[in-house]
Amino acid sequence: MNPSRPAVQCRNLRKQFGDGDTRIEVLRGVEFTAQAGELTFLLGPSGCGKTTLISVIAGLLDSSSGDVEIFGTAVEKLDPDARVRFRRSHLGFVFQQYNLLPALTAAENAAVPLLAAGVKPREAVGRARELLGKLGLADRADTLPSRLSGGQQQRVALARALIHGPKLVVCDEPTAALDHATGESVMELLAGAALAPDRAVIVVTHDTRVLPFAHAIAQMDDGRILGVDRTQRRTAPAHSH
Amino acid sequence: MNMVAWKMLTHERAKYLGLVFAIAFSTFLLENQTSIFAGILKRTASQILDVTDAEVWVMDPSTQYFEETKALRDTALTRVRGVPGTAWAVRLFKGIPVARTETGRFAQSIVLGLDDATLVGAPRKMVLGTWDRLREPDSVVIDRAGYLLLYPGQPLQLGRRLELNDHAVTIVGISEAGAPFASFPVIHTRYSTATRFQGLERNQMAFILARPTPGTSAEALCTSIHAATGLRARTSAEFAWDCIRYYLKNTGIPVNFGITIAIALIVGTVVAGQTFYLFTVENLRQFGTLKAIGIPNRRLMAMVLLQGAAVGAIGFALGTGMAAVFFDVFRQQVATRGIILMWQSVALTGGCMVFVVVLASVLSLRRVLVLEPAIVFRA
Repeated sequence: MNPSRPAVQCRNLRKQFGDGDTRIEVLRGVEFTAQAGELTFLLGPSGCGKTTLISVIAGLLDSSSGDVEIFGTAVEKLDPDARVRFRRSHLGFVFQQYNLLPALTAAENAAVPLLAAGVKPREAVGRARELLGKLGLADRADTLPSRLSGGQQQRVALARALIHGPKLVVCDEPTAALDHATGESVMELLAGAALAPDRAVIVVTHDTRVLPFAHAIAQMDDGRILGVDRTQRRTAPAHSH
Repeated sequence: MNMVAWKMLTHERAKYLGLVFAIAFSTFLLENQTSIFAGILKRTASQILDVTDAEVWVMDPSTQYFEETKALRDTALTRVRGVPGTAWAVRLFKGIPVARTETGRFAQSIVLGLDDATLVGAPRKMVLGTWDRLREPDSVVIDRAGYLLLYPGQPLQLGRRLELNDHAVTIVGISEAGAPFASFPVIHTRYSTATRFQGLERNQMAFILARPTPGTSAEALCTSIHAATGLRARTSAEFAWDCIRYYLKNTGIPVNFGITIAIALIVGTVVAGQTFYLFTVENLRQFGTLKAIGIPNRRLMAMVLLQGAAVGAIGFALGTGMAAVFFDVFRQQVATRGIILMWQSVALTGGCMVFVVVLASVLSLRRVLVLEPAIVFRA
């Protein structure tokens, strides 16, 4: 692991919505770095700008000003097509609501990033089955999301986020809808499967129960990063690395 | 991603079937109404199109359509025969006497009096008997539908007696004439016999049927006849279209059918379009997820268009199948004989359905294309 290599760097990042009297500044000069090989948590009260920040980092929203670099690439400076390609090959997403496609089986859902990259359906679904097996869902691969529990759905979402080997995985409240044990299991899988010296995971959460998995915790409020706590290295479960 | 698009489309069975059947019923209605419309209009020219051995119809200059005739002088026939390029020309009588059976049942009929010597214009499709028996005295050939109208429920039989304006004739043949616009029996007889059914007018000849010599086109002969005689001369196809245009212009038929066709189109567009639009809007979060994952807009457009094309094609095929069954069943009924599912109608409806699907897809696509992928982070 090389903790000195930045995976994500935000410099003086600002994001405003609306104009004139209705203008709201959600990000007010964010300075933030997430290191490669680390699981960085982003904590803060509701409405402080966490989701907007990860949306900008992931290239889903444009910032109003400032810079974002992901493993040295200034994503916002890429043309729209290149940005989509970058997102497709280098980013993985885990959402609070899972956002699985209800018409697809677990394996097909997990295979979507490969299908998007042009991999043939048979091969993509085969690889997805393999990964689901590693995540403990081998027997649920052909099940529709509506027949899976919350924890199983989140594991499918995790498989979808990881299947194409992204450099950065962005998670928005991945354990919010899960009970403690399931949440912990999802975090273990995430830390175990996503982390590598040249990869990083950013997790937005309110769930303090999963903080022991963090290598760094960035505290955010009122559109700014107040500080990053890496003095106290968290004790992740032994099998997470 | 085509597999993903297809599964998204068919996953919600009720919406999928709703979409398919909206297109199917709209297709059925459009093909049904346009084919019936065309079939009914074609009936206005049935007696013209039934005459296959002549190519040119000569008539009074004021004649607008088949039903409206002003008798020509007998000398007109000689003048037409004298026009260069005329291979032959014969007279044709048309009248509408009342036909009465022995039991007293009667109906107004269309009587066509054919040239005694050549029988040009005789019906070529015979159901019973032969048309050359028209050479027998006081003989007629009646069409099958007219026979069934005058003798309902009775088997086809030759030798029956009919009265045409009080003149007794014998049925020597039963033909399969093209259905006329009104449900009148179509009766063929010799010219000399037919003229006796009418009142004592000085002139009786409604039309002259002519054929050009080899090397002369029917159009050229029409021009020559008009130039030489001042009479109106039209090819069979031109005269048939004259009749169709007359009914289009002077009756309420096109308005009635037009309203039904417009309603079918509007209902099809609105129902199918709105259902498809709602289907896409309800799946916006799914499209947002795909966008976030890195699927470009053009791929999402292809997915939506594929979904639209799939429901359009399946609905159109179903609707056309329903229309084909409908016309196959009704083609065998006497009243609706000759009305068929026209390929032009299928093609036109296909064009309309493409328009409906493209419109619905484009309206839905707008929402997908402007969709902010960050929507996926909202709870």
